[in-house]
Formats: sequence, C-alpha cells, structure tokens
Amino acid sequence: MTRKLYGPFNRVEGDLEVEVEITEGKISKAWVNSPLYRGFEQIMQGKSPLDTLVYVPRICGICSVSQSIACAEALADAQGIQAEINGQLASNIILACENLADHLTHFYLFFMPDFARKAYQDQPWYPDVELRFRAQTGTAATTMLRARAEFIHITGILAGKWPHSLSIQPGGTTTTASASDKVKLLAILMGFRQFLETQLFDDSLENICELENEDALRAWAEQHSKADFAQFLHLSDSLELHDLGKIDPNFMSYGAYRQNNDFLFPKGRWTNEAAGLLQLDSQLIREDLSHSWMLEQQAPAHPLQGVTIPDAEQAEGYSWCKAPRYDGSVIEVGALARQTISQHPLLLDLVSKNQSNVTNRIVARLLELARVLPEMENWCRQLQPNNPFCHQSPMPTSAEGQGMVEAARGSLGHWIRIEQGKISNYQIIAPTTWNFSPRDKDNIAGALEQALLGTAVGEGGNQAIAIQHIVRSFDPCMVCTVH
Amino acid sequence: MFNVLWLQSGGCGGCSISLLNAESPDLLTRFKSADINLLWHPSLSEASTDEFIQLLDKILTGEIHLDALCLEGSVMQGPNGTGRFHMLAGTGKSMMSWLARLAEKADYTLAMGSCAAFGGITAAGNNPGEACGLQYDGKVSGGLLGDIWRSSKGFPVINVAGCPTHPDWVTDVLMQLALGDLTGSDLDELNRPRAYTDHLVHHGCARNEYYEYKASAETLGDVGCMMEHKGCLGTQARADCNTRPWNGSGSCLKGGYPCINCTAPEFEEPRKSFTETPKIAGIPIGLPTDMPKAWFVALASLSKAATPKRLKDNATASHIITPPGQKKERT
Repeated sequence: MTRKLYGPFNRVEGDLEVEVEITEGKISKAWVNSPLYRGFEQIMQGKSPLDTLVYVPRICGICSVSQSIACAEALADAQGIQAEINGQLASNIILACENLADHLTHFYLFFMPDFARKAYQDQPWYPDVELRFRAQTGTAATTMLRARAEFIHITGILAGKWPHSLSIQPGGTTTTASASDKVKLLAILMGFRQFLETQLFDDSLENICELENEDALRAWAEQHSKADFAQFLHLSDSLELHDLGKIDPNFMSYGAYRQNNDFLFPKGRWTNEAAGLLQLDSQLIREDLSHSWMLEQQAPAHPLQGVTIPDAEQAEGYSWCKAPRYDGSVIEVGALARQTISQHPLLLDLVSKNQSNVTNRIVARLLELARVLPEMENWCRQLQPNNPFCHQSPMPTSAEGQGMVEAARGSLGHWIRIEQGKISNYQIIAPTTWNFSPRDKDNIAGALEQALLGTAVGEGGNQAIAIQHIVRSFDPCMVCTVH
Repeated sequence: MFNVLWLQSGGCGGCSISLLNAESPDLLTRFKSADINLLWHPSLSEASTDEFIQLLDKILTGEIHLDALCLEGSVMQGPNGTGRFHMLAGTGKSMMSWLARLAEKADYTLAMGSCAAFGGITAAGNNPGEACGLQYDGKVSGGLLGDIWRSSKGFPVINVAGCPTHPDWVTDVLMQLALGDLTGSDLDELNRPRAYTDHLVHHGCARNEYYEYKASAETLGDVGCMMEHKGCLGTQARADCNTRPWNGSGSCLKGGYPCINCTAPEFEEPRKSFTETPKIAGIPIGLPTDMPKAWFVALASLSKAATPKRLKDNATASHIITPPGQKKERT
C-alpha cells in the first residue's frame, strides 16, 4: 500500500490536488483538495446589495455569467420581482452562450488532448487523434478557437463583454437588442451551428437530438466517422471509458433556462433506483465543514445559516472546499445530471446500463450543445426590440433571497441575507463544490473521491493517465468550488 | 524562440478565458507569428502534475531559459503571511514562494490582469486572503517583489491591468517583447502598457453626444450618459475599450452599464456604489481627468441649457424614441 500525490492538474479551471492510496496497483482511497482560498463570501459582507453584481462574476472567469444570474435571481427573490420577458430571453441567450462555449472548450482544449499523449501511441486510432487534438498544435485547436470567439460575439451584443458583465440585473438586462442586433444574433448562431454540424457532428443538430439509445448512437458513429464526436466514441469504446470513473447516479439539477414559470430542462433529482423524476427541496441542502479548513460549526447548516471562516489549523481538514450534501447524500451535478433528469432517452439508456461514468459525462455535454443551440435560435426570434428589457424595483432594506441556476458544470446556488440595506450574509455553493467535495462528518467521500476508487494506476501510481480522464470528465471549475 | 510561462494564483481565470477570445487571428496563430513558445499555460498545455513540476525545476536550474513569466490572479499571502491560502498543488510549497524564485529567472515578469498587478477584486472588502499584486499592493508600490525590484532585463513588473484584461493587450505586449520592441518609455506611471492606457474609456464612447449635452441616464439601461448619475468613470479610466471592441463589438458602456475603471488599482473598493455618482451640491465628485472644475461646471450648465429635445427624450429611454433629422423646434 502506497500513497501518491497528484497535482497540479491543468486543463481544469483553477487549482486541484488529488492524493490517493494505492493497493495492488489500484486506487483504494482518494482525497480531493482544492488548494486555493480567496474568500468571496467574506468580501461580500457589508456590501450594498446591487454592488454584489460587480463582485460575483469575478468569482470565476469561465462561469462568470452563471454567477451573475444566480446573484441577480437571489436579489430578485429578495425584491419579490420577476424579470421582463425580453430580459429573461436575453439572460437565457447569454447564459447558454457561456455554457455552450464552456462545453466546447472542455471537449476540444481540456479533455481530448489527453488522448493525443505519447502514452497512447500504439493505439490504432492514435495518428488521427494526435493530428486533430494534440495540445496547442492539433488542427482542431485553431478551428475551434475561431468558432468559439465568433460565437461569443453574442456577449459583445447582449452583455457588453465576456467574461465579467454587469448587464445582468434582477429585473432583466441593461442591454437592449435592436432589430439589427436581433438579426445579427441569429446570423452568429447560424455560424456556430455550421461549425457544430460540420466539425463536431458531421450531421444536423436535430439528428443528434433524436439519438434514442446506445445502439442508435453506435450506428450513428459508424456512419459519421469523420465527426469529432464519433472519434471520441471510437476511442471511448477502445479504452472502455464507460468503465472508468464510475459511480451510482445520484443526480441533481436546479432547472436550466427559465421559460415563463418553467424550465427548458427541469428541476429535480434522479437515481437509478427510483428511475423517475424526484422532487428537489432546496431546504434539504446542508454544508458540512468537518473535513474542510474551516472553523467548524455545531452541525451542517443550510446556506442561509452558513458561515465561512477559514481555519488552516483545522485538524481533520484537507481542503478549502466545504462538503455540501442533499438530505445527507453525496450528489453529482453537471450536464449528465441535467440531461438524465430531463429524461432524454439516450442518456436514460446509457445511465441505466452503465451508471455515471467518463463516457456518459462527455456524451451528455455534447448532446447538450445539440439541444440548446436550436433553443437559442428560438429565444432570439422571440426578442421584441421595442419592448423593455429591465424592470426597475426598489431594494428592500431587510430580506432574504436564493438564486439557483444551472451553470455549464451543474447546480449553482447563491443565498443572501440583507439587513439594514447591506449584505449581512452571502453563501455560495458551486457545481464543483458538490462534485469535488471532501468527506463529511460520517466520513462519506465526495463524488470524485468515489469515482476514482478501483482505478488502475500501476504499483507506484506512475501509470495514472486514467486519473486525468476521470478528473476532467467532470469539467471541474476549482475557482468556483471554494470561491 | 521566446519562452513564456503562464501561472495562475488568487484570481478567477478570467484573463485566460478572455485571452482565448483573441481573434483575427486566433491566439495560437498570433503567438506563432512572433515565435512565442508557450512553455506552459493552464488551459492549453498537455503537461500536467509531475511533468509540470519537472518543467519548473528545469527553469530554476537554468536548463530551460525563461523569457517571460506571466502571473494571472493575486499573490495570496494569507493567512498571516504564510501563503497557505494557495499552495501549489503537488509541491507542498506556497505559490508565493514559487513566484519569488521564478521571477528571478525570467527576463521579464508580467502581471496579467488587475489582480496580479495590484491585488484587484481578490483584495476587496477586508481582503481576507491578504491578496496583493506582484509589485503593487493596491496603489502602493511594493507587493510581493518590492518597490525596487527589476527583472534581469531591467524592467519592473509589467502590469497588463484590466478585469479581465483584453486579449489584444496581452498579445500586443508579449509579441512586442518577443520582437524586442518594448522599451521602458512604453509603460505608464503604474507600469501598464501605454499602448492602451494612453487612451480613456471615454474615447469613442457611443454615448459621447449625451455627455456633451449632459443628457443623462437615470436608470441602468437608459440610453443617456452615465457619468452624472450612474457612476460611470469612463472619463477618468485609462483604457481603449470603446475604440478596441470586446467580443466583436462590445464594451461595458455598450452593454448598458457604467465603466468601473477596472484597469486602476483599488477599483474594487470605490467607497461608493459602483452604479451611483456621488455628488456635492449636485456636482459629481471625480470629474474628467485634466479638466478644471470651474470650467466643467460652467460648460456643463451651458450645454445643459442647449440640450436638444432629441437627446433629452432619448437619454432616459431604453432605446431611441426620437430619431435625428426631425424639424428643428423654434426657441
């Protein structure tokens, strides 16, 4: 039995360290450490409520819009208002732009380059994958960066800039879209659709959305072998990535993209045992500090009662990350959770057969690209340039609010309390706080810590490329995790 | 070949994400054109864990020459000066200590974004992380490396400030360094590249006509000038955001919200609300850079008296309601 420390991981957002115990060449225990603490929850104390909209996007450069929307929704909840319809549509478009850009960045820049490593040079698929996906020099990188940059022009029109916009407000957006902006947005979306349909899918988005089970997916991959998605499925089969990073699904989604009083992708929970949509009650969320470098509280607290005071001397602590639990359970969030909870037949089939694993996490993300872009086109068409985009309303001097949103990486929640016109408590639980949480008071390991168990890494832990795949399959955002 | 190492510490990663937005041409093509070799970047490089630590060791032993060390994010000194708020994963050492050693090996050291330059957003509030910049702590020269520190090529830390920083600001300065074009006189008094800080955000602002006539926005999202009521600092902020667009065509002002002067030290604590203009006797505090106050007041009252109806109408609307070219009203 040996121990080995892995870090830093790159091609994840922020800082990550993983320590493992290896028994007979396999991981028998894992500890996930988020080694950076900045203290946004402390920074926000005493701020004027609307000023938090300047700070929160800067929690994270890659999920900045998600942070803004969670904050704006928490403030709107405190004010008891709803956004103007145009503002809601514009927020959806900006958020979808960030989420899809993140999925794309993850696939092309973060995840796939690991398969172009020399470690795989004997694989029959290696020459093609190396040519296409090698870090920095692969042909996909420049093509993808160009498509990504042009797609993000959407934020230049609707949010001023990305990352770090102040256009998202509780009552809608400060930006309006003129008739000319509206057609420009539609044209940009068409450009991005063309990239996805020629490079990633070699097929229409609609055909991808209609894939209904694993057999259909395999048959599709045979017919579209040029597609980057098909290349992934091929190497995934050859390396059996569906057996890697496997955990029992215990999924959660806060509901993605508001449409009137509903969501495009529903709110709820999912387990294979229940095999049906389970209710989600945000009152059952607790944060456990027993293994965090945090001043310990009496018992795990709901975020509205949460406290964040760092304490590097905490004896049991091994991460700056807290351990959020839903009704005591470890939860996985992200595109796979979202798409399973939305009961898309392809993911239902994949998850019922093989649980949550590396392959399924990637498939869900790419499916989401195909499912959300047509919705963005719809939202754009619904914009009414001559109607208001932002509803103005006074801020109460005393109130509570919660803002819950689906970021690219999963469920993001902001909980605020306002007293005497100032923020008296601000607590955040980010997607990767769920996925990369440390152990809780019952010593139950977090989702990644469980997903790493049983992974073959060689006796000394030096054949650890599988760890790279498992870690990145979650698309972690470490700066959000601790904030 | 110009070797660049890019590290992140107490920040959000947004300057890297912004960098990936570089276009016409894309980032990798820009670097190639100036023979810039990215030794390592958190979002772009293959090397991870042990491979990366070996790279750092080779830089420290001199086996690999480091032309430019780039830091994104603040230096995390806390708690109590220990640097434990950011230990470089896998090394058991604080990032703060790695940075101090690597800066001695680099021909040039650059702070990418306002956090690395001055402390930035991470130093806001009561600065719980004891965050500072590489060579500034807010407005005070010093920071991690100290006031008199100079790189082996005789440069102070080059502060490519901004929150986030514009992709062009980053690639311009790195490419100029790689070509040997950048001199000390190309930096301003805060060691920011003058290429963008010789300009004001005000330059090229689409709301300039409203500014001229003091036709002011009253709520966020109004079309008018945001200086008088909504806290806009564009007339003081040093950057070219309205002449060098963001994400194709954008800027904060075009996004309908005020400039918060994010290229300046301590922008994170304006001691007022970001979206309100503090005033004394109805006159905004913090007038445009270089403008004598008496002249501003005189000109403002004159121009206010001359404001065309069109601008008055539109200033407080969310879109143009009175277009130009209508019959002139008799006065």
